[in-house]
Amino acid sequence: MNNVPKIMDKESIRRALMRIAHEILEKNKGTEDLCIIGIRTRGAILAERINECIKEIEGKNVSVGILDITLYRDDLTLVSHQPIVHETLINFDITNKKVILVDDVLFTGRTIRAALDALIDFGRPANIQLAVLVDRGHRELPIRADYVGKNIPTSLEESVKVILEETDKDMDQVLIETKR
Amino acid sequence: MTEWTKHNLLDIQNLTKEEIELILNTAKSFKEVSSRDVKKVPALRGKTVALLFFENSTRTRVSFELAAKRLSADIISISASGSSLSKGESILDTAKNIEAMNVSAVVVRHSTSGVPKILAEHLEPSVINAGDGCRAHPTQALLDMFTIREKLGRIEAIEVGIVGDILHSRVARSNIWGLTKLGAKVTVCGPSTLMPVEVEKLGVKVSYDIDEVIKQSDVLMVLRIQKERQQDNFLPSIREYAKHFGINKERLKFAKKNLLIMHPGPTNRGVELSAEVADGEYSVILDQVTNGVAVRMAILYLLLGTKETIEEKQTL
Amino acid sequence: MSLLIKNAKIVNADKEAQNLQDILIEKGVIIKIAPSINTTDVPILDIKGKRALPGLIDLHVHLREPGREDKETIESGSRAAVKGGFTTVFCMPNTNPVIDNCMIVESIIKEAKRVGLVNVVPIGAITRGLKGEELVDMFEMKQAGCFALSDDGKCVSNARVMKLALQYAQMAQILLIQHAEDHALAAEGVMHEGYYSTLLGLKPQPGLAETVMIARDIELAHYLKTRIHFAHVSLKRSVELIKIAKSQGIQVTAEACPHHFSLTDEAVKSFDTNLKVNPPLRSREDVEAIKQALKDGILDCISTDHAPHTPEDKEAGFDLAPFGMIGLETAVGLVCSELVQQKILSWPQVAQKMSQRSAEIMGLKTKGEIKEGMDGDLTVIDAEKEWEFKKEMIASKSKNSPFIGRKFKGCVEATICGGKIVYENQVV
Repeated sequence: MNNVPKIMDKESIRRALMRIAHEILEKNKGTEDLCIIGIRTRGAILAERINECIKEIEGKNVSVGILDITLYRDDLTLVSHQPIVHETLINFDITNKKVILVDDVLFTGRTIRAALDALIDFGRPANIQLAVLVDRGHRELPIRADYVGKNIPTSLEESVKVILEETDKDMDQVLIETKR
Repeated sequence: MTEWTKHNLLDIQNLTKEEIELILNTAKSFKEVSSRDVKKVPALRGKTVALLFFENSTRTRVSFELAAKRLSADIISISASGSSLSKGESILDTAKNIEAMNVSAVVVRHSTSGVPKILAEHLEPSVINAGDGCRAHPTQALLDMFTIREKLGRIEAIEVGIVGDILHSRVARSNIWGLTKLGAKVTVCGPSTLMPVEVEKLGVKVSYDIDEVIKQSDVLMVLRIQKERQQDNFLPSIREYAKHFGINKERLKFAKKNLLIMHPGPTNRGVELSAEVADGEYSVILDQVTNGVAVRMAILYLLLGTKETIEEKQTL
Repeated sequence: MSLLIKNAKIVNADKEAQNLQDILIEKGVIIKIAPSINTTDVPILDIKGKRALPGLIDLHVHLREPGREDKETIESGSRAAVKGGFTTVFCMPNTNPVIDNCMIVESIIKEAKRVGLVNVVPIGAITRGLKGEELVDMFEMKQAGCFALSDDGKCVSNARVMKLALQYAQMAQILLIQHAEDHALAAEGVMHEGYYSTLLGLKPQPGLAETVMIARDIELAHYLKTRIHFAHVSLKRSVELIKIAKSQGIQVTAEACPHHFSLTDEAVKSFDTNLKVNPPLRSREDVEAIKQALKDGILDCISTDHAPHTPEDKEAGFDLAPFGMIGLETAVGLVCSELVQQKILSWPQVAQKMSQRSAEIMGLKTKGEIKEGMDGDLTVIDAEKEWEFKKEMIASKSKNSPFIGRKFKGCVEATICGGKIVYENQVV
């Protein structure tokens, strides 16, 4: 673990999220009709944190939901372990809302494709914008992020690891590991 | 968390406690899917589920059908009455024909115990037992356990009374296995002529005193009494059964406050359950039906998911 | 037919010879037994010290001819019999048409002669069409070649009909064999009522269905002072009833089947329909009691209840599949493995249970013993040889055996019927 390059630390993650919050508010001219939906597991945590940043700036909460995209994955029959299905928790109507979809890493774009499919089943949003902590490139689908914490050029042999206190019981950080 | 490794779902007996819990947890997520406006997810797109019902059953069949449809699977449905499969016609033959159509799963119900097990030994697709003879009805037991957990928050240490024709009940047998594995205390209650021999060896208590059972129970599972049992002399009369074992408002005076009354359906109102109890405050019969779809979605999803290996998360 | 058997270890019901002997058979009859016989113009079979038992006799087989030749014929059944070491088999009358008149008896005997492997003796029905109502013409059946009558597969339920049948049979000097089963109590059960029927949710058949009928028929035999033979006794309680009857001098005899001393109801867990037999496989306690009763002589003999069925019939699921398993080719293997090696039966007892006593029950005066003047029927057994029962080696037309894949110690080496070698083990 020691010689694994650390791309972001706790402080830089905090700053990136704060910047994304500012950008969201700027682009959407405030919090009206805004909602944030995070993709399980780390996207959901980041969604919650962005909401806190927004609250800090505007003094208002926006609706936050959690989306489980397992059932929409296009590789369901290919993965070795049966992915555990979790509940999707969206307790509000997304129709005509501006939806900020949040995930930790943007890679091939397939997760986002699945998330878009799932979201459409919940209603007809006014628009969907995408916020990610890390964009590592190698897209396989025509998808891009509206808000990016950090662009990290990677090779396919590398994997990007986002560690968050809430799920990983470790200090916030982003690492790059090389596969053998 | 436990991983799902089984290829078939034949009975509860061969599931571990952890596997049962995995199904129930997965079903919880699927219940949420069923509450959405768009109740369909693409998880099993391109897969075909064959429903092979050698015995009539509207409820279980519709429940499986809906579960498969909500997962975007295609369905073929074959009915064959028990009598048409008389001598010279092999069940295996029928099943092999369905297998040749490249289905991913076969949901089978048959009036003879053991048929799903035999099919599973000979077929490539997953076999799901939708009820065999008097032996097992695992999806019913799982939806019952799901309902209990949802309503009472736990299964461990609760008192469950299973009331009625235990001898001929696959629902009773599967629930006995499941509930005792999850730590519930089970008492079976019914006429002595409808009590299978040595049933205590399955880990249950036997009682012939319905009022005592009502008093102690957190859950009452009431079984359907078939009218034929009177003709076969298992019962002096349906009327006498209703009087001595039927659950009615009067009897429930001594029931626990949070008692759940369950029934696998279809109910014989006025026989094993009075109408006012079936529709009354303790009844969770309709919740069972709703939960049945979620549980069957979970089972289809768990059985039909995994095949080959590719790096999981980051290929997405 | 003539044959000289060299170096035989002769086993009879009364003793096992210590020295090797030669046996000379001429025109189908044993004419000389001596330590060393030399003759020139007779074929010789040197069995090199292996055991020679009197030709095995099976009181209970189903050969399915006429009617279900797709399951078995007299020819295929005869081949299965010689492979299993049997030289005489009694075939049950539940054919189609039923063996309830002399024409069918004669036609079976004629076909068996044409096949010419073993002695096939038809057992006639007690009642016409096995309906349990009208008695068959017993004198005529006896004249045609029947030694015994039975409604096997069904029980003669009506007590009055059974009483009259026993009375008439006593006069006609023909044995009645009862398939003891109270059909109302059996209630279409498909397995033994007990823990496993509860576990498996299969329709239970209480042991009571057998014992109630045995008790009734013991009373009939007692009242009429006549004989009765019970087919396929399977329960501890049945053994107790027969023991009491015998101790009181009532003339009952009884047989046990290999599957009833080899398998318990627990095996049904596999749902292999080849385990569906009637009477059903019983509890461990019953199995032990059957073994003990064979040892003690309360059960007189071993018969197979060889019941061939097609795979199509057997694949219909446990409720609908017909009762029965084939048994001719596994009987010796099971007797060796379950009884001899477990020190329950000695070799003379095997000769008794599988030949001498069976001959005695049927009144076959020239069979059941290796002795000068007796028929030249012998079964050569290698008690040490290990073998596996494989599907492809089954001679019976049907393959419905739960023992396929089972390994045995003790094997039929040769079968000699009327001085003719009708089977020689080719497997090394």
